[in-house]
Amino acid sequence: MSSIIEVRNLSKSYIISHEGKAHYKTLRDVMTRHAKNFFSVHRTLNNQDPGKEEFWALKDVNFEIKQGERVGIIGRNGAGKSTLLKILSRITEPTSGNIKIKGRVASLLEVGTGFHPELSGRENIFLNGAILGMTRLEIKKHFDEIVDFAEIEKFLDTPVKRYSSGMYVRLAFAVAAHLEPEILVVDEVLAVGDAEFQKKCLGKMEDVSKNQGRTVLFVSHNLGVINTLCNRAVLLKNGSLISNDTPDKVISEYMYYTTNEGHNHIILEDDLSKSIQIKEAKLVLEDDSIVDSAIDIPEKYFLKILFKVHKFIRNAHFTFEIKDAEHRVILFADKTDEKGSYESVLPGLYGCKIEIPNPLFNKGRYYLTIGCMDNDEEENNHVLPDVFTFEVADSKRFRTYPRPGNVFKIFNWNFNRIN
Amino acid sequence: MSKAEPLEDKSWDLIIESGRTERNYWRDLWRFRELFYILSWRDIKVRYKQTFIGGAWSIIRPLLTTIIFTIVFSRIAKLQNPGAAPYALMVFAGMLPWQFFSNALSESSNSLIGNANLITKVYFPRMIIPASSVITSLVDLGISFIIMIGMYIWYHYPPSWNIIFLPVFILLAFLCSFGIGLYLTAVNVKYRDFKYIIPFIVQFGLYITPVGFSSSIIGEKWRWLYSLNPMVGIIDGFRWCLLGDQMHWNSFYISIIIISLFLWLGIYYFRKMERTFADNI
Repeated sequence: MSSIIEVRNLSKSYIISHEGKAHYKTLRDVMTRHAKNFFSVHRTLNNQDPGKEEFWALKDVNFEIKQGERVGIIGRNGAGKSTLLKILSRITEPTSGNIKIKGRVASLLEVGTGFHPELSGRENIFLNGAILGMTRLEIKKHFDEIVDFAEIEKFLDTPVKRYSSGMYVRLAFAVAAHLEPEILVVDEVLAVGDAEFQKKCLGKMEDVSKNQGRTVLFVSHNLGVINTLCNRAVLLKNGSLISNDTPDKVISEYMYYTTNEGHNHIILEDDLSKSIQIKEAKLVLEDDSIVDSAIDIPEKYFLKILFKVHKFIRNAHFTFEIKDAEHRVILFADKTDEKGSYESVLPGLYGCKIEIPNPLFNKGRYYLTIGCMDNDEEENNHVLPDVFTFEVADSKRFRTYPRPGNVFKIFNWNFNRIN
Repeated sequence: MSKAEPLEDKSWDLIIESGRTERNYWRDLWRFRELFYILSWRDIKVRYKQTFIGGAWSIIRPLLTTIIFTIVFSRIAKLQNPGAAPYALMVFAGMLPWQFFSNALSESSNSLIGNANLITKVYFPRMIIPASSVITSLVDLGISFIIMIGMYIWYHYPPSWNIIFLPVFILLAFLCSFGIGLYLTAVNVKYRDFKYIIPFIVQFGLYITPVGFSSSIIGEKWRWLYSLNPMVGIIDGFRWCLLGDQMHWNSFYISIIIISLFLWLGIYYFRKMERTFADNI
């Protein structure tokens, strides 16, 4: 099937001003600045405004969407999701690049855009419908359905300012749900409304795309909704598209970035209720820099942990555990393995630096759990589950093709010619 | 991407890229006419729905101003109306377009800011918003006309046959306030403190516009300069239509040129700024 939306090298930049919070200027500011410049001896030096900075809300985004697809757009706040939707809905223009679209686009960036509190429900249906791009004929055709869906027939002629917030949202969504565009763009609008109505809306959206063959673009922070509703997802990060795949894969990628992102280092407060605790832990490379990007298979890395012992412990033991991307434990290590007995420790600060031998793990993502235990009093155990996440990348130095499995080892093959 | 690649691919309904809205603009304006109707309808409805005063206000205000102007200019300053109509009638015939102009200007210059939530959430040619706000003032003008009829009866003064040309002058008044309103509302998005200047412009305009007196008292020598105020031609036109007063055609032509200039400037500046409205508002 051919694409219905094609996004090519899409970029959008904003000039942000550091001078004040307001994003608009006042005439007074402009005039005083000009006056200052006029009287200033260093006029030529003032040409470049130091308070201005270019900010790329979107940078070289490329993707395609086919007819009938339901695409979820995820990313953290400020990743560029809203900018992308705004460009798609033609509210703002891209700085460069282009989007090609087949068919009519209706966007729902907000519930009840243009609703007027003084007007009645009936009047607002027509007003909101027109704002969303419906003709009066279309609205008339769907009028009863809309009222039915919103469950407001009794209050149809009441000004919406007297509506409860639930009724307001129901009415607003009902109008939008009966749009008949080829492409429906929906921003985080279901965050409002009660659970039952949310379910109804999601059902409607599913119906719109699955049964009527419409294309839906959907932004949500509710990953569960993205997973059930969409059949594809894209992940934006700092204005770039970094993943475009099935929802579950993209969501796990998103989780990785949100839980991780330069946080392979933690420092904890003293907890005197415990006899032993982890004070600080970090995952570092050989040069002691924190692991914040993918590690190459042959690269060496270290787990550095500081333990603080508050009371004497006779039988202490220290462990770490590594899980793969599917959260299966693939390795469990215990310090007792070294000499076959628990450690007895006096109060004080203890440090360790565990070398993860190389190569050990195959390409993939791994979660690390660390812990320290008091074998005699279990309530003293201090475990940090999945505290670090790291990614091992394939440097292509050794490998002629990608290998399955989690463990990567180079063996001595003792390969000889026998005959 | 090479420049040579043809973007005018017919299989796409819409291509979004920098500067592209320029090309579809007037076609879009036509496509969104329904939104224009409904926004005008909303503005009118909201204005007259909430308050009884809303409707009454458009009668009381010009009537009171007319009474005051008649007293000040006719009784105190002892000015004469060169035409045949009673002084109060002349004042009111000038008050009609002026009231419309000043209302339309205040409404349209704040229209974009007032509809910021629409601008940041939905696409449509933004010109619809100031246009529909001017329409509201047109309804006010219609209501004020009721007083005009009452005054014809009160003064036993029959309207002139020229009244059939009144729509032409109403259209001119519409274009004049729309052109200036477009410019002001666009400036208002960029410089928020500009809104404080607008009431001043309107106030000042009242003194340099022949509302309380006839434009005939301006000497022939300065007439061309006075006609640079586009409302001069329009007010003269209203008096010519409604009262059969003498028409100064030369100054009327100057007014038409000035109105066209304002309209062009308004549209040009509005279109230039329009692309950044959503980012700035």
